[in-house]
Formats: sequence, C-alpha cells, structure tokens
Amino acid sequence: MSAFSAIGEEREIDREEFTPLQEPQPTWCPGCGDFGVLKALKQAMPEVGRTPDEVLLCTGIGCSGKLNSYFESYGFHTIHGRSLPIARAAKLANPGIEVIAAGGDGDGYGIGGNHFMHTARENHDMTYIVFNNEIFGLTKGQTSPTSPKGHKSKTQPSGSAKDPIRPLSLSLTSGASYIARTAAVNPNQAKEILVEAMEHDGFAHIDFLTQCPTWNKDAKQYVPYVDIQDSDDYDFDVHDRKEAADMMFETENALHEGTVLTGRYYVDEDRPSYGEEKRSIGEMPEEPLAERYYDEDYEWERSYDLLDRHK
Amino acid sequence: MTDNELIWRIAGGSGDGIDSTSQNFAKALMRSGLHVFTHRHYPSRIRGGHTYVEIRAKPEEVTSRGDGYNFLLALGDSFARNPKEGAVYGNEEIKPLSENLDDLREGGIILYDSGLVDASEVPDFEERVEENDWHVFDIDLRSMAREHGREVMRNTAGVGVTAALIGMDTEPIEDLMEEAMGSREGILEPNLTILHEAYEMIEEEYDVDHDVKLPEGDHEETQVLISGSNGVAYGALDEGCRFIAGYPMTPWTDVFTIMSQHLPDVGGISEQVEDEIAAACLALGASHAGVKSMSGSSGGGFALMGEPLGLAEMSETPVVLIEAMRAGPSTGLPTKPEQADLESVLYSSQGDSCRVVFAPGTPAEAYDQTRRAFELAYDYHVPAIVIIDQKLSGENQNVPESFFDREPNADPGAVLTEEELAEMPHDEAGKFKRFQYDPENGVNPRSVPGQKGGRFLVTGNEHSPYGHIEEDPDNRVFQMDRRMRKIESIREELDSDPESSHQTYFGPDEAEYGIVTWGSSQGAVREATARLNDDGHSVRAICVSDLMPFPETELTEFLEGVDEALVVEMNASAQFRGLAQKELGRFGEKMNSLLKYDGNPFEPAEVVEGFELQIVEDGTETPAANTRLEPAAGD
Repeated sequence: MSAFSAIGEEREIDREEFTPLQEPQPTWCPGCGDFGVLKALKQAMPEVGRTPDEVLLCTGIGCSGKLNSYFESYGFHTIHGRSLPIARAAKLANPGIEVIAAGGDGDGYGIGGNHFMHTARENHDMTYIVFNNEIFGLTKGQTSPTSPKGHKSKTQPSGSAKDPIRPLSLSLTSGASYIARTAAVNPNQAKEILVEAMEHDGFAHIDFLTQCPTWNKDAKQYVPYVDIQDSDDYDFDVHDRKEAADMMFETENALHEGTVLTGRYYVDEDRPSYGEEKRSIGEMPEEPLAERYYDEDYEWERSYDLLDRHK
Repeated sequence: MTDNELIWRIAGGSGDGIDSTSQNFAKALMRSGLHVFTHRHYPSRIRGGHTYVEIRAKPEEVTSRGDGYNFLLALGDSFARNPKEGAVYGNEEIKPLSENLDDLREGGIILYDSGLVDASEVPDFEERVEENDWHVFDIDLRSMAREHGREVMRNTAGVGVTAALIGMDTEPIEDLMEEAMGSREGILEPNLTILHEAYEMIEEEYDVDHDVKLPEGDHEETQVLISGSNGVAYGALDEGCRFIAGYPMTPWTDVFTIMSQHLPDVGGISEQVEDEIAAACLALGASHAGVKSMSGSSGGGFALMGEPLGLAEMSETPVVLIEAMRAGPSTGLPTKPEQADLESVLYSSQGDSCRVVFAPGTPAEAYDQTRRAFELAYDYHVPAIVIIDQKLSGENQNVPESFFDREPNADPGAVLTEEELAEMPHDEAGKFKRFQYDPENGVNPRSVPGQKGGRFLVTGNEHSPYGHIEEDPDNRVFQMDRRMRKIESIREELDSDPESSHQTYFGPDEAEYGIVTWGSSQGAVREATARLNDDGHSVRAICVSDLMPFPETELTEFLEGVDEALVVEMNASAQFRGLAQKELGRFGEKMNSLLKYDGNPFEPAEVVEGFELQIVEDGTETPAANTRLEPAAGD
C-alpha cells in the first residue's frame, strides 16, 4: 500500500461524499451566501474527480472560515488571513493533493492582503475562493476592504473615506493566472468556474460574491448579474492581459451600481506554476517530498558529507 | 610574559575581507594542531564602520574569546586610517587606531599598514607602546598588495607577516588559499607571491624579540570549524528536515542561508517569503502535509510568529522554530548579542504555552539540541524552539569531525500509516477521529492529507475529537489537560535518561558556590569557573539549556548543593533568574545576578570579577566593567 493511496484514485465520485456525516449545525444565518459556495463546491468535486481524502481545504477566520466544518475533506481551519501561506506550503510538500484555500474579503484582502499578493505573484498551483460580501460578518458588521466608499458602520460612523479594494485588478497585477468572479446566487456558473479553477495549473483566484442578509442589507446590489462570457455586449480576449485589465477596470468601478458582471476575466494557461518553476531550477524534487518519509529504501543524506568545507 | 595562546585580532572596515581572511586563518591554525575559537564584532552596515574578528588559538580546548588579545593586525580604510578630527562615517565618529588598543595585552604585537596609517598622529601612541611593552611593526602592506595585484590583497600580506612574526609554518595557509582561490584564475598566484614576500621580508629585515609565539598543539583526530548556525542547520538536516521558510533578519539569516544552500542538493525545499508570519505558516503547512519543517527569525521577526506559534500548539502541528537573539527591544542593536528574548520565546502568543524551548551553549550543543527539538516536536506534536543568539550563531569553534558521524533520523514521529489508520476509529463516512483518545503522554498520532481514511479537520479553535469547533466546557478541559500533559511527558522523557541531559556542568562535583547560566554565556562561564577554582575558590557551574519544560530536578539539586549562586546572563532584567524562581518556587535568597547588556558578550574575566564582587564581597562594590550585579531598575 502506498503512503498516499488516496491520491489519483479513479472511481465514480458522488457529491454527497463531501457532506460530513456528523455535520455540525451551520452557524451561517438563513439566506447567507456562504451556503451557495458550499453547494457549488460540493457539486464541482465529482467533475474534478477528487476524493475527499485527497483534498486539503484551508480556511481563515470569519463566517467563511467555517466552510471546511461543513465540507468533508482534510481541513485546516487556520488563523485570520493566513490560509494562503499554510495552503501553498502544503502543496509544495505534497503536490499530489488538491489544495483549496478559502476566506472572506476581510480575511483575504485585508489582514491577508500581503499573502494574497505574494501567492498570486508566485502562481502557486491552488484554488483560492474569497467570499466577498463587502462586510465583516462574524464580528458583527464592520466596514471591510471591499465595502464601498461612504459605507457606514459602527467603526466608521461617518462613512468610509476609503476606496474599496479592487480584487480582480489586484489579482491580475499581482500575477494570478486564473481570475474569475462568480456569485452565490448563480450556482451553475459558480460550479463551472470552481471546476476550471481546480483543474487550472497555477493560482486560480475566485472573487465569490456572497450576500450577507444580516449585516449588509445592500446585498441586493448584486442583482442583476450578467455572465460576461454569455453576453454579446462584452467581447474580450480572456487570455489577453491588457483586455482583461480593461474589463476589470470597467467592472470594478461599476460594481456598486447597476449590473454586476461575473465570469472568467483572465486565464493564462501558458505560465508554469510555482512548483514547476522551482522544479525546473532544481529547487524542488520531482517526486512529492512528503512521500520520502514513508519510503524505506530512501537514503537520507547526512550532514557529515558537508563537513569537508569546515576542515 | 608568555601566554601560550594566540589571540589574533584582525580589524578593519566591513567589506575589507576581514571575514574571509579570518575564517581561513582560523582554519590554518586549527590545521596546525591548535584548538580555535573565533569571535566576530561588526556594525550594522554594509561597508565601513569598525569591524574585527578575533581568533583565539591554544593547545587546549577553547570555549570563549578570552580576555583581550595579543596580536593586532590593523587593516582597512575607515578603521585604521587616522581620521581627521571629528570625522564621521554615517553618524558614527571614526575611531582611530588608539581605541582598538585598549584590550591589547602587555607585550602584544601591533602590525599596522603604514600605507594607511601614520602612527605619529595617533595620540599618545609612543607612550602607550612603551608603557605596555608593545612590539610595533609598521609595514606598507598596501604598496605590497598594489605591486602584485589589487589593494584588497593586503590582507594576505598581513597574514604573511603574522605567520613570520609568530613563527608559523605557512603551508596550511597556502593550502587553504589554494582551496579558496584555486578555481579563480589570476587570483591565487599573486596572493601566494605576496604571502611569501611578506613572510621573507620579516625574516630578513626584522629582529623579532617578542614572546607572542604560535603555541604547539596536536589533534588526535580531524577537526572541523563550525558556528552555532552550522550546528543548528546540520542538526536539522540530519533529523530529516527538508523544508524551511524564512525572511532575512540578522542573525537568523545565517541558519536560513546555510539551509537554503544545502536543501536543494538533498531534495529539500527552501522558501524566502513575504514576512515572518507567512514563514512560520509555511512551515506549519509543510508539516501538516507530512514534511519535517522549520522556520525561525530574530527578536522582531519572531514576535510576528507568535500567532502561528499558538496555532501550532492548538492544532498540534509539529514545527521547529529558531530564535537567533540580538539585543532589543525593537530593532535594538542589530548585530550585537543579548539573551533578552527569553520571556518572549517562552510566552509569546495567546493562551497557555505548550511548547519546547532549548538554548544550546556551543556549536556542538546546537547540533544536538536541534536534533532533539525535531524529535520531540514530531513525536509530541508541539512546536519546539531552539534559541541561539548573535554570539553563538557567528562564532566558530573546532569540533572533532567524528562528533557528527551519526545516523540520520527521518522518522516522521507520531504519524499513522494507512494500515494503522484503517484500524483506527472512524465515523461511518470515513472521518478519522483525530483527537479522540486520552493517551497517557497526551499524544494522538496524526494522519497526513492524501492518506486514505485519514481525513480530519484541525483548527486553531478549541475542538471536538473530530476537530470540529467545540466550546463545551468539559471538552475544553479534557483537550486542554491532554495538550498540557504532553509537556509533562516530555520532561519525564528527558529526565529518564540522565546521559542525555542538556545541562552542562563545570567544576568539582561538590562546591561551596555555584554559577548558573544559560545558552551562549556557557563558554565564558566555563573558563571563569576553571580560573576561580585555580584561584582557590570552590565553584561549580551549571549551564542550563532546557527552558521549557524546565529541568526542575536538576537545578534544584544543584542549588541545594551550594551556599550561594551567581546567575550570569546577557540581559538587563535577570530573565533566567526570574524563570528559575518561578519554576522552582524557592532559592530566591540564594541566587544573585551578574548581568551584561552593552552589546558585547561576557569575557571570562568579567565573570570572575562579578563572582568576586557579588559572592565574595556580597555585592557591596560595583563592577568596573559594563556589567551589573542587579537588574536595571529595582526588582
């Protein structure tokens, strides 16, 4: 038996396998967009062909951080903003596993903003889902990095003086090789995008619009949604960085008024993932590092062999 | 006076090649059969400033820099050249040659580059030379270097003159130069020419009548010259560590660099990342996925790691972190040593601390204790921290090569195989009950993502046996007790094998007085203890390396056996003394402090003086050097 026999197992996979048997009572409020993410993710898994045992889902803190409590796989519920550095190292240590990270807009674009930028820059082979409801939910409704300018909350009673983060543009500038926006109220598109993101070899960032019926009554702003890939009004080359940037610019400036555009914004299939880059320069082994600890025939080098330079 | 030891100081500006020259010369001395110890002093800048390296060489084992030195090789622009009055480099006043002479022993040698320095401009130079019976050699090393190559080769000229003056065979120096420069065309030959020319010039033109001679020594076996950082890195490699993540910060950078250079060769991964929070998180991520991994930093960077450190404790993810201390608070003295991060390492992060902390005192101990830290971290699923400091990380000491001739240990610790996992309790859907048992030692073996039937959730929140967030009071107490019990179990494991004790003792088995120290102050304490006993005192020393779990039994026995003890540490608030009192709950009356926090490590003579003043004189006198007998502000 191999040390990681779950990896690469080929069989029919049922989405219900991803529902925990002893599912904790969700702490999400009725009508919360997070249910939509969970549902879309479960629906995507059979198409991706991964079993629960070969998936690692790392989350941050906040309502979104509970995602892996309700999703059956290996899970690491980490700390605020830090799901990405934990997830990307797990992927480097064992490239055979499917690594997904998830967090909220405060978690991912606020406290974890630096990690987001650098994980995108390095193009780690993983999927990153950001639950974007433009509010801090679990801490009871404070202004978040994506809240629109002028947004009033208990911590910014006069209305935020800050421009919101533009997640898609930030992601593109940072170097993500797959960028999409979808919405919890749009489950079919969400599932399709999740499948693509997981199959993409590189850093796939999904800005996942979720509504917060409790703390952000403006959640209605996301209606109506238009799929940019289905609409004749938006014709651009998703592989062209500049055209993608222009589309994002247009969309992100208009996010809070009128139509909300969702779909794929940028896809770069040519750029090697970080793991591949590291392997190509000899900084990462060909075989998954984690397997070595279970290989009884592997010969471990000793530091003794390095001592010549100290004599 | 004959010292029967050489303490050679090469001084100049950063960027003058002081480091590489001294490293090679130290090896040459070691190859000549001597024991060597190097001490590096440098400012926080890239070029210029006052830098020196001291190499102490003796026929017997050396563990500290010693007191003062007996041979000065003064090189370098900003340092040796006589500055104009009030000249500054950056914001620091340029110090003339004279300042460097303060610690030069009587009868010592001054070799300065007359191409750079005019000694007649050094205040009171002649008088001081006469008073101290110094032997002065003014040699135009610069011209010699220029004539044959480039100016930087004046280092080689200086080494050649040194060898001639102390009666040293140049062969080991030549061999090392060949090893270091052989592959670079046009470098080796002129250097060898300069070396010989300098050597012969002294033999032919100078009368040598000083007593500073190369002592004779002989090693029974091959020696290697390694630093504390080498010790940590090699210990980690031998323990199967194949993943490191870090962010550069002095002096942690040494360990990070050594690991980064070797890991790719052995199929490991090194990651330089965006900040220290990320670095520690990466180490956790790799460890969670099944790879033995480490991270680390120095003071300020380690402060950022508090958050992932707590996550490692709560999620029971094994990891080894290195804390290479420098003087604080904040950025403090970036290139100077201090032992003042003890409390932050023990207690940083929220909640009750559940971690292992070791502070090795020598490069060899750094190797041993890093290996032990990995072993315990992976067996018990706790973070283990190895504290070193700027002194230990940068100083080099010879260690017999055979010390490292040990088997690697790639055992991933308390991890289940898939066969074992299949036997473990699962729910009907196949979820593994990761935290369900109440094992005696507190450790529930884990599974690794990708293993069939091993899936579980782990979280920084308090959690149920399945890993789900759980706030039930009974479960909380159960889980908390189980985690805390791991530290007790580790203490029992450490105590059960006295042979593997990390505490080091010096002096007679029974003595009237004690000296207690920890970490890198060990070397100075060791030498001071020997001198005090030679001087007729009865002194025994314990150098504590286990900081958490604390070696309660060992230290209690030690303190019960002495009338009074001096606690020697490099900080202003007596942190170790405070820890000992907290852990032991007594001995407050028996422990007295000797503290130093001026940016320089203890010299043995300071410990001797501190002992005389604090123990013999009962603390009625104040010490003359930059040491203190009590914490800075009250206590």
